[in-house]
Amino acid sequence: MHVVLAVTIGCLFAAAIYLMLRRSLAKLIIGLSILTNATNLLIFTVGGLTRAQPPLVPEGAEQPPTPFADPIPQSLILTAIVIGFGVLAFMMVLAYRTYVMVGSDDLDDMVATDALAPRQLPYRSLRANPSERPAPTSNEKRSP
Amino acid sequence: MNILVILPIIVPLLTAIFTLLTNRRLVAQRVIGVVGAAVLLCVGVLLLIDVARRGPQMMAVGNWSAPYGIILISDLFSAIMVVLAGMMGLAVATYSLTDIDARREHYGYYTLFHVLLMGVCGAFLTGDLFNLYVWFEVLLIASFVLLALGGERPQIEGAIKYVTINLVASTLFLVAVSVLYSLVGTLNMADLARKLPTIGQHGLVTAVALLFMVAFGIKAAFFPLFFWLPASYHTPPVAVSAIFAGLLTKVGVYALVRTFTLIFVQDSEYTRLVIMVAAGFTMIVGAFGALAQHELRRILSFLIVSHIGIAVMGLSLNTTAGLAGTIFYVIEDIIVLTALFMVIGVIRHQEGSERLEQLGGLYVKSPGLAIMFLLPALSLSGIPPLSGFFAKLSLLRAGLGNGDYAIVATMLVASFLTLLTVSRIWSDVFWKDHPADVQLAPLPGGWATVRVARIPIIALVVCLVLLGVAAGPVFDLAHQAAEQLSTPQRYIQLVLGSTP
Repeated sequence: MHVVLAVTIGCLFAAAIYLMLRRSLAKLIIGLSILTNATNLLIFTVGGLTRAQPPLVPEGAEQPPTPFADPIPQSLILTAIVIGFGVLAFMMVLAYRTYVMVGSDDLDDMVATDALAPRQLPYRSLRANPSERPAPTSNEKRSP
Repeated sequence: MNILVILPIIVPLLTAIFTLLTNRRLVAQRVIGVVGAAVLLCVGVLLLIDVARRGPQMMAVGNWSAPYGIILISDLFSAIMVVLAGMMGLAVATYSLTDIDARREHYGYYTLFHVLLMGVCGAFLTGDLFNLYVWFEVLLIASFVLLALGGERPQIEGAIKYVTINLVASTLFLVAVSVLYSLVGTLNMADLARKLPTIGQHGLVTAVALLFMVAFGIKAAFFPLFFWLPASYHTPPVAVSAIFAGLLTKVGVYALVRTFTLIFVQDSEYTRLVIMVAAGFTMIVGAFGALAQHELRRILSFLIVSHIGIAVMGLSLNTTAGLAGTIFYVIEDIIVLTALFMVIGVIRHQEGSERLEQLGGLYVKSPGLAIMFLLPALSLSGIPPLSGFFAKLSLLRAGLGNGDYAIVATMLVASFLTLLTVSRIWSDVFWKDHPADVQLAPLPGGWATVRVARIPIIALVVCLVLLGVAAGPVFDLAHQAAEQLSTPQRYIQLVLGSTP
């Protein structure tokens, strides 16, 4: 079971990093969500897998019968899920605002903060002249 | 059990709640925002006095004793950082009155500001590694919204980069925490420090240590992980830039110092070398980056990076003297950078621009402002008798005492490049004649006039001068804090001593 989960986590991390290295904003967000979930699965796995043994103390006993599942990784995951969910929701709103403002979901169009001497970029709405956008390269096909 | 330890978290929380409740009344929000920061400063000073008198203080949250519950603990280093957070909070909250427009205030600027302060103080005070992650998230989420609040195009673009890289850093942090938990079976820092030497898996522990280093390195803006900082710090209003510049990267430095003096001390020769090389590159690359820029806040963003390198250099020396240098340097750096950012804000409001080629003649126009820029700028580049000189001197002596001549030489080169950068700003902004063809209207600001902005700047500059004059006592304090850091047995005993 450990091996299966380890391979799954590895694949998830690889997929997340691959998606985050793409230029599309939507793929960046999908990559980030996969990344947080891969981490949650990792916490679950390294905490040790125990089948069908919840850490509940039976009546009259002082401690649960061993072996029992470690509750700490589970509570850590719960916290991480909540935090990851909140940040991801914020990221999606931010991405939507970016899309509306920049008029493109290509991360390479977002260079206003990087250039040494930035031009005063006018705000472009979604209906801006499409010829202003750089043509999509052959390996980066975008949906219309 | 000491209630003072948790107050620096409760005070900003209450302030944030009150500002949220008075959402519609801006005057009440402003008053609460400034008063709350002042109370935080007072609480921080009380905590520092208490810790200096009676040694490290701790509090078990919910009375669950360590290592089962979450521990809040304050040694001298934590207390110093909390005082600085309170100082910068008060200064920037006052400055915000002149810089933040009513629309941003309506959308909860002061609430977010105090949530940010709460996260920063929580990160300084916690004694639990997973809790540190939670505090990091608290301050990060507040900083995400502060960065994007207002929704101008550069802000949004900067925020995308900032949020993405910080989310990745948090994920790495979480991975490191979980692997460490699987190795040791505890997340309490003192318990980790006690148990880690006994488990024997040196290779894996070093790998986890490096994961932590990368995670904190992204937050502290280390080479080669710093590119998000100059891409985002100049985009929000100056008040937000100022509090970010002063506090956020320093939380990363704090976390690095805490984990690498308390927990990961077994393979210190290797980690020390990695930190030292990264610190050297950070200093030089940041300083050269600053030379290439033409906008005031972008120049300073690169200088932040460069000076993070100098601050972390003390940690890499792995001696008490080096740590003392780091602490003193961080104190000085926080004050200087916040003051400089606020000066830039005033220049921006007055002149309508922060581009070097559009500015000039400010020395004639407002000599007071020139002095307020000059003193922190000279301190940043380490000119005696200002405090930056003593901070760099202590690092230099620690480095020479250790025989690490290469890093000392790198630091001197970086200081020289800093001097070059600030003198370029000085000659362009203050000495050069104002370019005749540039006619810019002053930028609209917040509720108060620009004059009010000078109060916190003057206060910080006075602190800075006092820090130079009274460098002896402050350095003694930093040295005591460093001694506590390099002898963690007392810290461990305080946390775990009472457990059976």
